[in-house]
Amino acid sequence: MILPVFTQSQKRSVGVLVAMGAIGSTIALLIGELNQRIFQVWGFVSEFASKISIPSFMLSFVSMVLQCSVLIGFISVSVMFMVWWERKISAHMQSRLGPMYTGGWHGWAQTIADAIKLLLKEDIIPAAANPWVHRLAPVLAFVPCFLCYAALPFGEGLISADLDIGILYIFALSGLSVLGIVMAGWGSGNKYSLLGGLRAAAQSVSYEIPRVLSVVPIIMFVGSLKLTQIAQAQTGFWHVGGIPVLPRWFIFYPVIGQLAFIIFLIASVAETNRTPFDIAEAESELVAGFHTEYSGMKFSFFFLAEYAYVFLSSGMTTTLFLGGGSGPLFPSWVWFLLKSFAVVFLFLWFRWTFPRLRVDRLMEFTWKFLIPWSFFNILAAGFMGLM
Amino acid sequence: MTTEIIRLPGQDLSSEEMILNLGPQHPSTHGVLRVVLRMDGEVITGSEPDIGYLHRGTEKLSENRTYPQMLVISDRWDYLSAMSNNLVWCLAVEKLMQLEVPQRGQTLRIIMVELNRIASHLVFFGTYGIDIGAYTPFLYAFREREKILDLFEEVSGARLTYNYIRIGGVMADLPQDWVGKCRSFLEWIKPRFVEYDILLTENPIFKDRTVGVGILTKEKALSYGVTGPNLRGSGVSFDMRKDEPYSGYDKFQFEVPVGKNGDCWDRYWVRIQEMKESVKIIEQALDHLPEGECNAKVPRLIRPPKGEAYAHLEAPRGMLGIYLISDGTEKPYRVHVRPPSFINLAILQEILVGMKVADVIAILGSIDIVLGEVDR
Repeated sequence: MILPVFTQSQKRSVGVLVAMGAIGSTIALLIGELNQRIFQVWGFVSEFASKISIPSFMLSFVSMVLQCSVLIGFISVSVMFMVWWERKISAHMQSRLGPMYTGGWHGWAQTIADAIKLLLKEDIIPAAANPWVHRLAPVLAFVPCFLCYAALPFGEGLISADLDIGILYIFALSGLSVLGIVMAGWGSGNKYSLLGGLRAAAQSVSYEIPRVLSVVPIIMFVGSLKLTQIAQAQTGFWHVGGIPVLPRWFIFYPVIGQLAFIIFLIASVAETNRTPFDIAEAESELVAGFHTEYSGMKFSFFFLAEYAYVFLSSGMTTTLFLGGGSGPLFPSWVWFLLKSFAVVFLFLWFRWTFPRLRVDRLMEFTWKFLIPWSFFNILAAGFMGLM
Repeated sequence: MTTEIIRLPGQDLSSEEMILNLGPQHPSTHGVLRVVLRMDGEVITGSEPDIGYLHRGTEKLSENRTYPQMLVISDRWDYLSAMSNNLVWCLAVEKLMQLEVPQRGQTLRIIMVELNRIASHLVFFGTYGIDIGAYTPFLYAFREREKILDLFEEVSGARLTYNYIRIGGVMADLPQDWVGKCRSFLEWIKPRFVEYDILLTENPIFKDRTVGVGILTKEKALSYGVTGPNLRGSGVSFDMRKDEPYSGYDKFQFEVPVGKNGDCWDRYWVRIQEMKESVKIIEQALDHLPEGECNAKVPRLIRPPKGEAYAHLEAPRGMLGIYLISDGTEKPYRVHVRPPSFINLAILQEILVGMKVADVIAILGSIDIVLGEVDR
């Protein structure tokens, strides 16, 4: 066997990674289940509050604000990490190094620096644009995405709003984002933007359907729209002759599970407007598509929304198909994050490997391929239920 | 795959054609080209390429330059294959002066021109990937091209405008170890072609974007005077290296890849195959590199006799020709360049109609123009 030869710096990088992994897992094991810690802390707080007689509605208000800030913080930090990660991954796929200077170790602070740069940039509204539509569009693109995070279970009990219609809520809200993109396309007063916005509208409307339909078999099997319940249903193992073979994740459900997973993944990539479905911002055709005329903070909001959607889709994939937070040894939130970022990696991998589909072929693909197959999948799931 | 525009009764009243100026500032016009597109939604109903943004008047300039000085300007026509430009100028002048280049000089010229062909097609491969939306091939192609440029740098001192092929031969003989380095490069690039096929050529999305798109029929290609890989993609086996060998190309064994349908994929495929053929040619040339002088005896002041000459060769983009009139002084009386890109570009307005916006980029990329050569 030939062992790979590492250079000094590679050895150092591997060492740093291993050390980081060891420290991280120790911390994770020490913390344990995050919801228990939170309840402990919150118990102290509410006890203290009752002592100094703060009314309970104030307390619940504070709790809501805290939850929102935690979510926003999580979104921004994970987006920053994903941007840096994507740049590193794409660089290594393309035999480059990517950011190497900012912050010292492998350019870890690059996105932070970029974010500061975007914040300080001049805010330009083109003369041909409709100023209010132009201003409102980035907000409208980001807000629904943020709202979706409320119903995403980050592990056992780590969910701010455990809705009974969790899946429907997320699908419904994430469908709203396209409004922001269409507004950006129309309100910019630019022909490329207009084309990009129109494309995005057509694409989102078409891909929403197979995306929802692909999840229907899971809902049929679990019998609930609640995301926590779906995640819970996937704990344990699939048994063949009494021997546990595979985790009881839905992706390992024979045929139906895989088909649903593939359709959901493809539709998710299309929903997040990423290659091979990034026709709305196809650089070589439409310059930058719907965000051609955006700069500074407004541009960064579109950017934030795109990456937040990537993580949202990955989180949903994890919850629906990969057993949510179930896994041995580590607490559930660690497993959830690990699985989600593995799916994010898949998204990045697609982007740096595939060319872009053409807009009409894209439509054909969903209407003539994805939708019939997802109907077939529902039918098969129904037969399985009968048996 | 022409898309039919369905006109519903009464629809003409409300719909409006959109005019889109694709370029001159646009990420994928490969230079400064403006294409005025008339569009119905995403479907093109008319197109008009507008050129001239890079016009530097090199044909006129040449009337005030001596013959060796013109070599420097010839580098700037098709800057991705400057060796071919050098060579065609030298061929024209040598024809006038009736110079015979020694065997070693001729073989060196072929090596350089073929290496340059690989480099040029690599740029096509990479930028075409970007046009279609795949970014990674671009970096791969430029990684390989970098090695070729290193080889050129060693031989000529320059990386883009080589000015290496001179009237009567070449600038200088090969440096030490260059043959070995070239050989190791050839060995290195061969497995890369397999990589490209996996990454792009056989990729279903890539095929979906290119197969059947922008079909250029044999008849139309011939009537427009299209040459090079674009013509061969349409199924016409026409290659100056085979049909009218120059610089001793007749001594080499190589195939002329020919496409079938004349669509974007065929044009792309022809170029990928040509790179493989070029590797074969260079290998043969390195195996049988003759010893001896590489330069013919050239007078210090080049004054070709009065007369006219036309020289042409197979540049990476097609048939590159020079029509040269000499009045017996040290400066040419009139020079005309037949640039392949300029003539290939003319087919754009015909094959774009009925296509989608995304196809415009795919077709424009597959024709592989260099605007420096179109405008001169």
